[in-house]
Amino acid sequence: MNQQNRNWTTDPVLSVEHLTMRFGGLLAVDDLSFDVGRGDITALIGPNGAGKTTVFNCVTGFYKPTEGRIALRREGSVSDAALAELTRGGQQYRRADDGSVFLLERMADFKITEIAGVARTFQNIRLFGGMTALENLLVAQHNELMRASGYTIGGLLGLPGYRRAAEAAKEKAVEWLRRVDLLDRADDPAADLPYGAQRRLEIARALCTNPVLLCLDEPAAGLNPRESAELNTLLKYIRDEHGVSVLLIEHDMGVVMEISDHVIVLDYGKKISDGTASEVRNDAKVIAAYLGVDDEEVDEVERDLDVKTAHTPAPGGAL
Amino acid sequence: MANTTTSASADRPEGAERLSEDRREAMRGEPPFVEAPSEDTRLVRALKEAGVTAGLVAVLTLFFFLFRTDIAVGGLDLSLDPKSWIIAIAIAFAGRFLLTYFVFGGERPTVGGWKKVAAKTARWPIGKVIGVVLLLVALTLPFLLMTLLPSQDRYLLDLSILILTYVMLGWGLNIVVGLAGLLDLGYVAFYAVGAYSFALLATNFDLGFWICLPMAGLFAALWGVMLGFPVLRLRGDYLAIVTLAFGEIIRVVLLNWYDFTGGPNGILGIPKPTLFGLEFSRGEGSFSDFFGLEYSSIQRFVFLYYIILALALLTNFVTMRMRKLPVGRAWEALREDEIACRSLGINTVNVKLTAFATGAMFGGFAGSFFATRQGFISPESFTFIESAIILAIVVLGGLGSQLGVVIASVVMIGGIELLRNLTGLQAIFGAGFDPTQYRMLIFGLAMVLIMVWKPRGLVSTRTPSAIYKEKKTIGADLVAQGEGH
Amino acid sequence: MEYFLQQLINGVTLGSIYGLIAIGYTMVYGIIGMINFAHGEIFMIGSFIALAVFLALAAIGITFLPLVLLLMVVVAMLCTAAWGWTIERVAYRPLRGSFRLAPLITAIGMSIFLQNFVQVTQGARVKPLPPQIQGGITLMDSPSGIVVQISWIQIIIILMTVVLMAGFSLLISKTSLGRQQRACEQDRKMASLLGVNVDRTISLTFVMGAGLAAVAGMMFLLYYGVIDFYIGFIAGVKAFTAAVLGGIGSLPGAMLGGLAIGLIETFWSGYFSVEYKDVAAFSILAVVLIFMPSGLLGRPEVEKV
Repeated sequence: MNQQNRNWTTDPVLSVEHLTMRFGGLLAVDDLSFDVGRGDITALIGPNGAGKTTVFNCVTGFYKPTEGRIALRREGSVSDAALAELTRGGQQYRRADDGSVFLLERMADFKITEIAGVARTFQNIRLFGGMTALENLLVAQHNELMRASGYTIGGLLGLPGYRRAAEAAKEKAVEWLRRVDLLDRADDPAADLPYGAQRRLEIARALCTNPVLLCLDEPAAGLNPRESAELNTLLKYIRDEHGVSVLLIEHDMGVVMEISDHVIVLDYGKKISDGTASEVRNDAKVIAAYLGVDDEEVDEVERDLDVKTAHTPAPGGAL
Repeated sequence: MANTTTSASADRPEGAERLSEDRREAMRGEPPFVEAPSEDTRLVRALKEAGVTAGLVAVLTLFFFLFRTDIAVGGLDLSLDPKSWIIAIAIAFAGRFLLTYFVFGGERPTVGGWKKVAAKTARWPIGKVIGVVLLLVALTLPFLLMTLLPSQDRYLLDLSILILTYVMLGWGLNIVVGLAGLLDLGYVAFYAVGAYSFALLATNFDLGFWICLPMAGLFAALWGVMLGFPVLRLRGDYLAIVTLAFGEIIRVVLLNWYDFTGGPNGILGIPKPTLFGLEFSRGEGSFSDFFGLEYSSIQRFVFLYYIILALALLTNFVTMRMRKLPVGRAWEALREDEIACRSLGINTVNVKLTAFATGAMFGGFAGSFFATRQGFISPESFTFIESAIILAIVVLGGLGSQLGVVIASVVMIGGIELLRNLTGLQAIFGAGFDPTQYRMLIFGLAMVLIMVWKPRGLVSTRTPSAIYKEKKTIGADLVAQGEGH
Repeated sequence: MEYFLQQLINGVTLGSIYGLIAIGYTMVYGIIGMINFAHGEIFMIGSFIALAVFLALAAIGITFLPLVLLLMVVVAMLCTAAWGWTIERVAYRPLRGSFRLAPLITAIGMSIFLQNFVQVTQGARVKPLPPQIQGGITLMDSPSGIVVQISWIQIIIILMTVVLMAGFSLLISKTSLGRQQRACEQDRKMASLLGVNVDRTISLTFVMGAGLAAVAGMMFLLYYGVIDFYIGFIAGVKAFTAAVLGGIGSLPGAMLGGLAIGLIETFWSGYFSVEYKDVAAFSILAVVLIFMPSGLLGRPEVEKV
């Protein structure tokens, strides 16, 4: 990876600043700051319970963060001064010709997808199981179709404008189905699809909302090596051909190291490393906190067995 | 989400879940290598089971068959009726014995034996054929009745009108419960709002049925939004109890606001509908006069029949159409997974409100039709039992299925009416036997039995709203049931 | 002030009855997540059985009041519990693991059936029972003429409720049965893998709920002195409202909700209008749920994403 090409410092699409999330007495995310570069595939990694999904839920509006700012620069570059002004002014977003910026922590979850352009998938796949693959992708184009159908009235009357829009939506859905290799299952209910296909369908569905930032929560979990490789190809295609920035949580180091332009490592809700894949791979802190130790259980077993490992106490470690 | 619900949603994908459950069910019985029970043990077992059942029935009915409390001079009196108690026990014993001995083959019936999962079959063409046939029958029914059963035509036509009213209410509620997956136990509130709006507008401002009908629908929709807005954030059963509460509140208000609603006396003298100003009465300017026909009171029934048929078909048409529009698809998506909906930028509050308002509007239409048909309304017509019957029609018919609602309405509403006429049974049970007394008793029992027999309703497949190549129906086991699962 | 005190006493008494019924709703909901709509009818059946037992005892000449009351409680609890068990076995167990709405519909069907069953077998007319326990303690006798009195029957109802609640809480928190119940509530599949007999546990939950409802039914009979086949519906709806208000699934919540509904109703009737007491109770339920979506003592719902 080219050391000079650090998109996330020069052109961030998402800036998370001093994000803190507290659940009662539990500090899940602790003063976390990071940037996601435009057009990058960024991986968020860390041991179980490091707070990755919580970060995701804050970015996509499912949780309201206790503290911090999450700014999404949809297009163009907005200066830090303008952003500060927006923050002070109490607004949710600013849309202008020279750049739009959205303060996600202030917005409702559906608004974040609808107007800021952030789409996501879920760790436990959340498809509309009783609806077909095609229908799933049509639901994702709801807002567009809603406008085209004149908020239902035009659609009820069967106006041509809506019919055209419905055709276009179906074409788009078919295109994505072809891309994720599910076209022959288009009329099958989503719950009938095999696991890997469901994962792909969920990604296709998220993409049908026309996002600028796609958040994937463990997209490779449960996939076999071949499916994993296909996923990598798909993600690269999304980045390169559609210009969508990708933020993903992943445990599969093969996937992370192969496709990520930028890797952020969390442990106990704090960032312990941030850089390119190769930088992170060689970071002693990461090796100690993450790569050597897969999860707390192993950690405990090792401690019980008194195995001498290169453990340094994780920063902010609460155990 | 509460713990019970998270575990349910964590079990997705549901197909696999269903499969594993079926496997578990299959393994529940005796292992296959056990020999079939010999004749002897089978008899003993059956006798034992029957004895237990009879004992249970004896305890259950002890204070209902054996002891009867009667009001007597100076308080209550207790009378004994051992005959019917013993008969009940004997019936229970014999019934259980026969069932166990012959049907279950001496085995204890397992839960799995009752449960049948609807197979995923492409039943769609049959459904369509039935639909077309039903539509043709519905369109020509008044004439069929008049020619085939002239002696009973008025009664049967009136019954058809009643059934169609429930079909319409069922279709309206189907939008809320079947498509959007929101459990509404107070649907009768909108029926009442529609009826009272029409009645009050008509009696106070002298407006006709056709002007009041859309207004009543709009009022009901407005109430739907007003009631829905604060409560739609609630989930599942909380929503159910609050809608039930709203239904009761509206009824209590109607009952007690004498000046406005006439209290328990209700509203009298609600005008009948007219056909472009032609009344269905005797004399000058009436329908029969205008067309040079001989006056007959059945003309009004036929007219009312076609009004409710048209209203019901309108409901069906709009619903079917909306299913293929983004809003309808969003309803179904909401039923499947609300969180996923929000992640796709769908404003779920708006989606729920449209479902609530649309359903309420059709309820309002049905309500004003009810008012004009009866000519009189009172709060008594809008009790919780009505909501329960409408919900039962929707669930028994099969959630989200338009055809199912029709079948369930005919079976349940027509069935109750039939029971009213079973006077022939008096020959068996003696002259004191009054079949109307047992009407609701059998109705309740039928609800239980049909549900146990077909938990997913009579028509339990879902038709996709959009197709790429080939239309495949979706088995009910894959379709979610909305909020709280 | 005296009037207020008297209403308070009446409200607590009514609330105790609601609370006892509400426990049945809340336990069933907690363990299998369904609204047992027939529970109000169970309460009604309990009161009818209590009445029949009372009359039967009178007929054979047993009139010693403590013994009569004891026999009434025991027989009513046992027989009503049998009803509770049967309903679960016939209408709910075959639908276990099926769609959520299916048992709701069978419950409504059962409720219709039971109401009409009692109507057919015992007649539709109201059954009056002359007050059996008279007198009470005068707490305050103000010169304005308003007497604050707590009657013996009120004392019995409140004491009985407290005792049953305490016993019940112990049962749930200390015994193995209670532990099994709580396990089933958390995760039925896991509980059955760990050897808990889930079906039996659920049956027992219904049996216990029905037993408490029978006590409530008997109290209702003694307190109001009139019953009919229709009392189950309204009491059931109120008690379910109480359970939801307190936070469904929580035992103390059910009791608290019952008291709240009882007090709201009594005070509303006492100070405003009797006609709108139901409206008051339901409106407060709606308002509470809108601001506290999981009730007063319910566990807050954490949206799992």
